[in-house]
Formats: sequence, structure tokens, C-alpha cells
Amino acid sequence: MGIPVSYYLVLSAIMFVIGILGVLLRRNALVTFMSLEMMFNAANLIFVTFAAYYRVLTGQIFVFFVMTVAAAEVAVGLALMVAIFRTKHSIDLDQMSSLKG
Amino acid sequence: MTIMQIIFLITASVTLFAALMVVSTRKMMHAAMWLILVLFGVTITFALLETRFFAIVQLVIYIGAIAILIIFAVMLTRRSMNADVPQVNRNWWLVMVSSLALFVGLVTVMSVWEGFFVTARTAPPGGENLVQLGTALVDPNGFVLPFEVASLVLLAAMVGAIYVAAERKEK
Amino acid sequence: MLSDWLYVGIFLVIATFLPFVAITLAGILGPKKPNRLKSTIYECGIETVGETWVQFRAQYYIFALVFVVFDVETVLLYPWAVAYNQLGLFAVAEAVLFVLILFAALVYAWRKGALRWF
Repeated sequence: MGIPVSYYLVLSAIMFVIGILGVLLRRNALVTFMSLEMMFNAANLIFVTFAAYYRVLTGQIFVFFVMTVAAAEVAVGLALMVAIFRTKHSIDLDQMSSLKG
Repeated sequence: MTIMQIIFLITASVTLFAALMVVSTRKMMHAAMWLILVLFGVTITFALLETRFFAIVQLVIYIGAIAILIIFAVMLTRRSMNADVPQVNRNWWLVMVSSLALFVGLVTVMSVWEGFFVTARTAPPGGENLVQLGTALVDPNGFVLPFEVASLVLLAAMVGAIYVAAERKEK
Repeated sequence: MLSDWLYVGIFLVIATFLPFVAITLAGILGPKKPNRLKSTIYECGIETVGETWVQFRAQYYIFALVFVVFDVETVLLYPWAVAYNQLGLFAVAEAVLFVLILFAALVYAWRKGALRWF
């Protein structure tokens, strides 16, 4: 009748792998960030699926904190990106090999 | 094929197509727009699971805040990479092979679990129990420490991000 | 249960199609007598100089950043507010501590001049 669990799990797995592809393949730092967000979402989807399946609270609360940490990570990461762009005028990950300012 | 399954499959295919576009498009602003579509697809999936609160939270935090922040960053780093330079690492075949292996491994591990083909149980009608959630968040035997630490994480993120992003005074 | 989402879906479909219908109708019904002045980008006013996508100031990014932090704070406090009637004084003290920590963040942003518009 309803939707099998496998649908949700496979959707999440494919999203996660696409996110990994984006992180590993692309040289653009911002696209890497977006792929990271996608991977966070894939993990959240599995958490919510299992929390609804087992009717437990822990999964839901974990999704809460994943979202909080994701927001904090995006805020700091993008601020770093903006600061790096201001000094180097590029966000090519291959050119960030030196950590000197 | 029930109507729910059809809705799910349409949502999933749109989400995955948008995810592929995020990874493959050359224009960053377009990638951000496709990312919003991905996030919206996940919102619909949450709604299909009857977790209403998390559908709204996804909408408010991810689409309302994080996507906006990413779009701002895209606009701040305009013309940062030319669209005609190679966008892809040199070792792309290695990446393909390893992520394919990862996908196969993930699905294998999941399919071993006995509930893999069982119909998914959604949250109770009317959504999650918010009172229970709120009580657990501030319960001393529950999650009060992560709750307060989340506040500290946000404080640290804000202080750090403002310090890094603020324009320096001209010397 | 499902019918609630049906309403949301209907609203989504209507909200998506209404602009299309309006623009298409305007395109079909409106008279078309173009001349050189009408087809300029700004009929009155000056043409923009240079590219449309200019680099804007990082100050605006900081506003978005402050918004993100307080958005997450609101969402974290929402279940607490729903459960407020079942909670004791201790829970209120915890939420006050939570808000106070983020108030420190607001004070920092204020002192750094992050809330200044110009």
C-alpha cells in the first residue's frame, strides 16, 4: 500500500553519492559546499525515515542538531570563502594549496 | 503502484536530477537554484513521511536561511572561476570508481537489514509529538546538554564568521 | 491526513500556474506596437553602465549570517514553546540560558558594527 523503506534508503544513498561526487570532482569551492549540504540532507532523510519507522525521539532530535551544525558550518565556511576570495580573487580549490595569506 | 508511490517516484526523480545538475552545471548561480530544488524535494519526502514539523524546519532553515546564505556567497564571489577552465579534477576516473563502490556498499549494507522491503511506517497522523520533543530537549535526563551546546556552537559560529568576513579598516 | 497535504498541493499548483497564465494572457491580449523608445530597457531613466552583476559589499553577507543564526535559534526554541505548559521552572531557566548565550552573540555583532547598514 504505502511506500517501502527501501525507496527512502536508496534515494538517500544516491543523493549521498552524488554529493560525494560533487565534493571530490569539482574544483569550485562553492559547488563543493552545495554538495556537502546535499550530503547532510541525505543523512537527515535516513534519520527521519528511521525515526518515523521505530517511533523513537532520538532520531528526530539528532536531525535537529545536524541542522544546527550544518547552519553553523555554512556560516563559517562561506565567510572563509568570502575572505579567501577577497585576498586571492579565486575560489579554485587547487589554488588553495598554500595556507599563507 | 499506489498513488503515494507515484508521488514519491516523481519527487525522487526530480530531486536526483536536480542533484546531478548541482554537481554538473558550470554556472554557480544555477547550481544554487538547483540546490534549492533538491532541498524542496527533500521537504516533500519529509511530508510523505508525515513528519510535518521537520518538513517545515527543512523549509525554514535550509531553503529560507542556508540557501540564501549560499546565494549571497555566490554573488560575493562573482567571476571567481571562468566557466571555460576545466572544472573537474584530474583523477576523475578514480573518483567514479570509488563512489560507485561506496554506493554498492551502502545499498548492500542496507539490504541486509530485515526491514528493507517492509512498507515504511510514517509518523502518527497529525505529525510528530511536539510536546514530547520539547520536553525531551530540556529534560535534564534527556538532551539538555546538547541543547545548550547547540547555542554555544551558534555563538562560536557567529563570532568566527563575523570576525572573518568583516571588512578590515583601511590602514 | 492525506487530504491536508492535498490542499497544500493544490495551492502549490495554483501558485505555480497563476503567473504563467497572467503573463501568457497579457502577451496574447495586449496590443503590440513596438518602437525604439519602448523597447529600451528603462523607458525613463538612464541605461546602466558596465555589467549587471557587480560585486556587492560583504556587509550584506553578514546580515544574512546573523539571520541564519537567529533562524536556527527560533526553530530550536519552538518545541520548547509548544511544551511550555508541561514544563517546570528549571526548563524555563534552561531556555533563558540558551537565549542569553545567543544574546552575547548579538552583542558581539552589534559591537563589531555588523548591524550597521552603511
